Amino acid sequence: MIVIIDYDTGNTRNVKKALDYLNLENELTADHKKILAADGLILPGVGAFQKAMDSLNERKLVPIIQTAAERGILILGICLGMQLLFDKSLEFGETNGLGIIPGEVVPIPENLGVKVPHMGWDKNRAVQADPLATVFDDQFTYFVHSYYVATDKAKIVATVDYGVQIPSIVSQDNVIGIQFHPEKSGQVGLAGLTKFKEMIQNEDYSRN
Amino acid sequence: MLAKRIIPCLDVDHGRVMKGVNFVNLKDVGDPTQIAAAYQKQGADELVFLDISATNEGRKAIVETIEAVASQVFMPLTVGGGIHSVADTQNLLKAGADKTAVNSAAVNNPELITQGAKKFGSQCVVLAIDAKWNPEANQYDVYVNGGRKKTDLDAIKWAKQGVARGAGELLVTSMDKDGTKSGFDIKLYQELTKAVNVPIIASGGAGNIQDFTDVFLAANVDGALAASVFHFGELTIADVKGQLSQNGVIVR
Repeated sequence: MIVIIDYDTGNTRNVKKALDYLNLENELTADHKKILAADGLILPGVGAFQKAMDSLNERKLVPIIQTAAERGILILGICLGMQLLFDKSLEFGETNGLGIIPGEVVPIPENLGVKVPHMGWDKNRAVQADPLATVFDDQFTYFVHSYYVATDKAKIVATVDYGVQIPSIVSQDNVIGIQFHPEKSGQVGLAGLTKFKEMIQNEDYSRN
Repeated sequence: MLAKRIIPCLDVDHGRVMKGVNFVNLKDVGDPTQIAAAYQKQGADELVFLDISATNEGRKAIVETIEAVASQVFMPLTVGGGIHSVADTQNLLKAGADKTAVNSAAVNNPELITQGAKKFGSQCVVLAIDAKWNPEANQYDVYVNGGRKKTDLDAIKWAKQGVARGAGELLVTSMDKDGTKSGFDIKLYQELTKAVNVPIIASGGAGNIQDFTDVFLAANVDGALAASVFHFGELTIADVKGQLSQNGVIVR
C-alpha cells in the first residue's frame, strides 16, 4: 500500500488521481499508524515551505516521517515535498525542514536571464545510475517552482539546466525527491510513478 | 532550458466544449475529457479551459468538468472565466486544476491576485489580460467583461502591477488579432516581455505554422495559445512543433 501523506497542501489529490489511474493501491491519510505501516510513502506539496512545515507540525507528522525514513520505508517527495526533506529553506526567512537529506532550499537566481518561477516542461539529464533517473533521462517533465535544493553532488541523480544546474531528482538510500510533477508530466510521469511502485516491491529498497 | 509551450484553449459552457473539436474521431465532440485526452496524445503542453457559462449552474459544472479531466489526463490544466473569489480558485485547484486565470474580477478587485498568491502561491495565479491597441492614447487598453468593456488601464502597466501583486504568469490576448488568423501581436508581447520577468502566454491571431515560429523568435514568450486552428484540424500540434524545432525553438 502506498500512503500519500495528507497535510492539507494543494495538489495532493492529483497525485492520488494518477495512482488511481494506474491502479496502484493507495490511501491519502495523515494517520500515524498507517504511515508507518506503508510499503511506500509519497510526500506531495505545492505552495510555501513554511506553511507546509506548519501543517506537518500541527499534525505531528515531522517525527513520523523521520521515523519512516529511518525504518527504510521508501519515501518519494514531490516538488515542495522534495524540498521539505532537506535541512532548511531560505524562502521568506529561514525555516527548518525535515532534515532527512543534508542541504538547503535556495532561490533560483534571477540575474541569469531566466524567468522565475521556473514553470513549464524542461529536459532532465541523468547524472548517476538510478532507477528513476533512467526513466526520466532526456525526457521533458513539468516543473513549477521558484526555489531549488542545494545539496551534495552525491545525492543528485538527475538535473535540468536553468541557468544553474537544478537537481530534478535526488536520492539517499530509501529517500527520493523529485522537483517536477510526475502526476502532471504525461506518459513519462506515469511511467515514473509505476517505477516507484516497482522499487517498493524490490527487496533492495527495504533496508530495515 | 524550458520548452516553449503550445496550448489549446477550450471554451466550456455548462460543462460542454462549445463548437466541438473535430480533428480526430471523437464519439462525443463536446466532451471535455475526450478532447483533453486527444490533445494530450497530440503533444499539447498544457490546456486552458475558458468557462463561458453565463449562469451559476454552468459555473458549478466547470468544477465537475475539471475533476473528470484531471482523473484521465495528466498535464497542466488552467481554468479561466468566472473566477471571482479565492474560494472559486480553491474549488478548481481541489478538483485538479493547476492554475486559475483571473481577468475582469482582478481589474475590479486587484486584491484578488494578492490573496490568491498568498494562499496558493504565485504559480497558481495567472493574470489574464485582454488588450487592444489605442492609437490616440498610444497604449494598449485593457478590456473586461469578455472584451465588451474598455477600462482606463494601460495593459503594460497593469501587467507590471499584477506581477507585483503576485501573479505568476500572464495570459495576454490581443483583441486586435483575435479571430483574424493574421499572426500574433508581436509588438505587444515584445513590450510585455521587457516589462515583466514571469512567463507570458501569447493568445490571439494564430492562423498558420509560421505565426508560432514568429512569436517565439521575435518576442520571448513562453507559450502560444490557440483554439480554432487546432480544434478544426487546420494545424496539428506536432506540425507546429516540428517547424519550431527546425527553427531552433526548443519544444517538447
